[in-house]
Amino acid sequence: MPRYSFPTPKGSEITPREVYLDRRRFIAGATIAGAALALGGAARAATASATEPLTFSKGVVPVLSDKPTARELATTYNNYYEFGTSKAEPAHNASTLKIKPWTVEIGGEVAKPRTFGIEDLLAMELEERIYRMRCVEAWSMVIPWVGMSFSKLASLVEPTSKAKYVKFTSVARPEEMPGVRSRILDWPYTEGLRMDEAMHPLTLLTLGMYGETLPNQNGAPVRIITPWKYGFKNAKSIVRIDFVAEQPRTAWMTAGPNEYGFYANVNPEVDHPRWSQKHERLLPAFFASRETEKFNGYGAEVASLYSGMDLAAHF
Amino acid sequence: MSFALPKRLIAPLKVIVFLLSLLPLARIAYAVVLDPISLGANPAETILHMSGDWVIYFLLITLAITPVRKLTGWNDLIKFRRMMGLYAFFYACVHFLSYIGFDRLFDLSDMTQEIVKRPFILVGFAAFVLLVPLAITSTRGWVLRLGGARWSALHKLVYPIAVLGIVHYWWLVKRDITWPLVFALVLTVLLAYRGFRRGGKKIRAAAS
Repeated sequence: MPRYSFPTPKGSEITPREVYLDRRRFIAGATIAGAALALGGAARAATASATEPLTFSKGVVPVLSDKPTARELATTYNNYYEFGTSKAEPAHNASTLKIKPWTVEIGGEVAKPRTFGIEDLLAMELEERIYRMRCVEAWSMVIPWVGMSFSKLASLVEPTSKAKYVKFTSVARPEEMPGVRSRILDWPYTEGLRMDEAMHPLTLLTLGMYGETLPNQNGAPVRIITPWKYGFKNAKSIVRIDFVAEQPRTAWMTAGPNEYGFYANVNPEVDHPRWSQKHERLLPAFFASRETEKFNGYGAEVASLYSGMDLAAHF
Repeated sequence: MSFALPKRLIAPLKVIVFLLSLLPLARIAYAVVLDPISLGANPAETILHMSGDWVIYFLLITLAITPVRKLTGWNDLIKFRRMMGLYAFFYACVHFLSYIGFDRLFDLSDMTQEIVKRPFILVGFAAFVLLVPLAITSTRGWVLRLGGARWSALHKLVYPIAVLGIVHYWWLVKRDITWPLVFALVLTVLLAYRGFRRGGKKIRAAAS
């Protein structure tokens, strides 16, 4: 079935008739089954993306009236097409992604190109920021991220005056990511920001959530979060960052240029061609009764970046 | 080749099929009342998708009855066709009500605007509207009132309904068209079988 399944036993889990009729063999069978269960459990524990606690300070960002979404929900309902197109697949499939070792190569129009190991980034000063995340599919969550302003990282590589945009490239490993084996999007996933958007203090280079490192399905080990834009702008599992002169063509712009623009600012006045953006469902609510705010409620901070721009044309 | 079950088994079998067909609804109702978290982070979407999938399953089951009956010779199957069709309509109602309730908050003017503006909703809505006369005229009384020929002409509407339903699903998905494609292929086989048989009949008629 497409998106959900009822729990049905696998053929292999049903005890064969001759086994349950023969008590001794049944006991032997049960022992083997028990051992298999224990092994299976151990294997799961070993492969499930192990998150580690982080140390951080409390970031100063606009305070939201809604409480953070339960971690259980934010880590089991994900759009991460490299691991499958359903919301549940990433949590099931993402444990195969190897996040150690991990490097982020930063280049392009910078004075000091450099490759950071993930441990270098984790050793930097981190802060927790609770942001609302608004998906283009008209649902939202409130998530406590941990990270640092992207501008802090950028200052270490010294972008030149030629740098007008930033391009983020996500990891694409077909052997570890089942979705990458089919051509759902033009892999690797790429996203981009205009220079002033990237350097805005709200733009968060994100290494963790809920006080711990990112689970794989949420974009471990490092991703970008721009809270005033739709969720797909927030590239996950980043391996390359390029400062570039031209506006990059992102994966979603290639997939559906009339549906997914470069800016993708949250905007109740501009509908997605296939649905309205006026309301959203603050998960796990049943009713899509929350009125979507322009720039996802961060207008006071970011609206000035777009003064004079026609946001319907530059959606 | 044909066979039939003993008559006395048909009624209990109908009861069983009726109850089995209610399981998806029971699953939804149980979760809503006692275990919402089992529907995931977006329970309304899960309900919308589950009910929508079951509309397509029941439409395809309804359309499979005649081919399977002809191929196996098990003529009793025809006695289950109305129930399957009505279940397609029933889950279409669940689907439509969850959409106008959870997504559109029962705001009828907003709903009307959305239906007109979004092609994928429009085709889904068209399929739903077309199902209504079929559900109403599904009784024996209506077969007699309309006469067999007119009745079956009317009920040929199920073919465009199934096509619209799958187009609705196809246009909804963002990138991964696997499931709409699977449903479309099954429907193609079921419709092609009918075309093939009709073609065969004509050839035989011409030869005689």
